[in-house]
Amino acid sequence: MADQGKIEELFNKLSSEAEAGGYHLNPDKDFTKELVNGLLVNEERYGYPACPCRLASGNKAADLDIICPCDYRDPDLTDYGACYCALYVSDEVLAGRKKLASIPERRLAIEPQAGLKEKSAILPEKLAFPVWRCKVCGYLCAREQPPEVCPICKAKKERFEKFF
Amino acid sequence: MLSMTVVPGKDKGKVKLYTLSTCVWCKKVKKLLNELKVAYDYVDVDLLEEEAKAEAKEEVAKFNPACSFPTLVLNDKKCIVGFDEGKINQELG
Repeated sequence: MADQGKIEELFNKLSSEAEAGGYHLNPDKDFTKELVNGLLVNEERYGYPACPCRLASGNKAADLDIICPCDYRDPDLTDYGACYCALYVSDEVLAGRKKLASIPERRLAIEPQAGLKEKSAILPEKLAFPVWRCKVCGYLCAREQPPEVCPICKAKKERFEKFF
Repeated sequence: MLSMTVVPGKDKGKVKLYTLSTCVWCKKVKKLLNELKVAYDYVDVDLLEEEAKAEAKEEVAKFNPACSFPTLVLNDKKCIVGFDEGKINQELG
């Protein structure tokens, strides 16, 4: 169990960041704080806040996709109204129009980088700047390097991929 | 042989639960099984040493190829993935 003060601190930080970016934390505070505790435990144990509901490998490079917020959060919010662990929920769930349940694991079901090659085939050959894509929320920006932190979802630089 | 924690209760056959100590859905399954007073064995896979962890993952993957948690295995045959209250009640209630 992480320190209660630390749980409160991270809970408040995640909550305000989520709202600023158009996301919502799960309104069930006891549930959400238990997940926040799990994030702190994983941060301490692995050195990064891996999803509390997934088994991390301890190898950061292999687990980048499941560092919270995970790469699967946004599609899961769209399809199920919550991310895999249910730390984040959709407007519908927040408004009580949809009930939460545990959802299937998306992680193994997708091909990494699928479709990107096709998309780049229709692009002009030269761009003034490379375009970087945040793998968490899809934010795109055209600049030499990705930003240190995604301005939308606060994911770190390492979660960006070169889109074109 | 993977060592699991034994929770005493009503005999509903062999009930094995694979969980993560940090996962809230896993805790919900444990709570439901406790409420149903079912006897079951569980293991928090994230707390295991590497060798036992690999063994546990292999056991889970036999029934649930995604190797996600919680995974509940009944009589080495049926498998319930996730906190599926309806199915758990149906099988063990």
